[in-house]
Amino acid sequence: MAAVTTGPARPARPAARRLARTLALNLAAVAAGLAGWALLAGTGLQGLPGPAEVAGRAGELLADGTLLDDTLASLRRVLTGFALGTLTAVPVGFLMGWYPTARALLEPYVQFFRTIPPLALIPLAIVLMGIGEVPKVFVIFLAAFLSSVVAAFQGVVDVDVTLVDAARVLGAGDRAIFLRVVIPAAAPFILVGMRIGLGSAWGTLVAAELIAAQEGLGFRMQQAQLYYDLPTIFVGLITIGVLGLAMDRLLQLAERRLTRWQERR
Amino acid sequence: MSTAQSNPTDPTSTTSSTSSTSKLSFRAVGRTYPVGDGLFTALGNVSLDIADGEFVTVVGPSGCGKSTLLGMAAGLVEPTSGRVLLDGVPVTGPGPDRGVIFQQYALFPWLTVRRNVEFGLRLAAVPAAERRRRAQYAIDLVGLTDFADALPKTLSGGMRQRCAIARAYAVDPQVLLMDEPFGALDALTRVQLQNQLLDTWSRERRTVLFITHDVDEAVYLARRVVVMAARPGRIDRIVDVDLPYPRTEEIRLSADFGRIRNEVWHAVYHQPPATPATRAT
Repeated sequence: MAAVTTGPARPARPAARRLARTLALNLAAVAAGLAGWALLAGTGLQGLPGPAEVAGRAGELLADGTLLDDTLASLRRVLTGFALGTLTAVPVGFLMGWYPTARALLEPYVQFFRTIPPLALIPLAIVLMGIGEVPKVFVIFLAAFLSSVVAAFQGVVDVDVTLVDAARVLGAGDRAIFLRVVIPAAAPFILVGMRIGLGSAWGTLVAAELIAAQEGLGFRMQQAQLYYDLPTIFVGLITIGVLGLAMDRLLQLAERRLTRWQERR
Repeated sequence: MSTAQSNPTDPTSTTSSTSSTSKLSFRAVGRTYPVGDGLFTALGNVSLDIADGEFVTVVGPSGCGKSTLLGMAAGLVEPTSGRVLLDGVPVTGPGPDRGVIFQQYALFPWLTVRRNVEFGLRLAAVPAAERRRRAQYAIDLVGLTDFADALPKTLSGGMRQRCAIARAYAVDPQVLLMDEPFGALDALTRVQLQNQLLDTWSRERRTVLFITHDVDEAVYLARRVVVMAARPGRIDRIVDVDLPYPRTEEIRLSADFGRIRNEVWHAVYHQPPATPATRAT
């Protein structure tokens, strides 16, 4: 048989150039944003601090260790809640997608809780779980779980039945099908769900830190609000934004690595 | 092996010497589906014996239940009546003793060719060295040696199907069940793969049940062609193909081949009783 060898000859240079171009545009956008901010602050708008002032405050907060402590405290909460949420979402999504009985049992709860903003549960969480770390992490967990469980469920429902059949005729039982077929096949969905879940986790963080926190970026910003300390609020906002962005990029990177096999793109 | 060959109720009146060692037996199998408040009979009371090492093709119009028949042998479709025997033992579910090749290839797109071929061996917990050796043998067998580390998305349709065949062979099944495996390929590739399949089969002899809607393909590959009819799905007749193996281009173009092909063609396209309106798919 004639094998026409079509090697994966991919043009490397244009891709690299496109990446450089994208990066340059990203940086230009950031620079323009900073310039606009500085300009706006220069007009004396409502005591708005300029970039320099905020950078100065960030330096102070870094120097006395507050920023680092706050960041670590917040990061720990977000990561714990997010990890617990997505780790639970995958098996629950699988159960819902795989077994009609489980779906019928779980779906009302998932849909019900999805309509309640996690923030609205904070008063209840305080009453039931006190004012320690548990209610904060719980609220973040719930936010991350609810956003990713639906994606995981959809991913499982969308798994090609022929692939499942192919695995079964090769001797796979339910466990092997779950680990070796459903999880990889649903990975693109699950990763998208994780990205959405991560967004929700950060989004819930500040509110969660309303619950009598002693440290954390959200707590620090609320303190600053009391003293009309705008630079500190900005430092907190920017830290949250940068951390969220960095984590999203990491997930994107993982997504690209884990779903390289997909035919599209 | 299984006690002689016993199927007195075989409705397939026509011909055929089922040898005494029947590998795969369909015993009065049927399959109905509830439709509205009635029952739709996809397959009604079909009996068929396939000898060890025999290559049997099944051809028929769409809706004749040929894929249902294969699904039952695979253990993926449960018969509503009758049963399927493998070496005299009833089939109760899918298992690695019966390899299945699907029309849509059904390769795991996130695994390379090698990992796809190793899939069944990993499930069977075959030790690494042995696994590697058997996978390599299967990959070489179908001529994908140079593409062992490629992902399915980089392969052509024909190569994907060869990978699927290697994957089925790797677990060393006794029976190969092929469900229109070359149906999605262009005519040229199809002929190449037919030759290659026969070549593979002659070196690693297995019992093969091969579903197709292509009359030429059915005759070229098989020792017996089972012609099915629809509504209800049933065996219309069985045509013996007394042409020698290995099958070559000369055979494909010979008058004998033409005669048998015409016979099968008429059986498929002129089924007077049930399906006047069925046309080729």
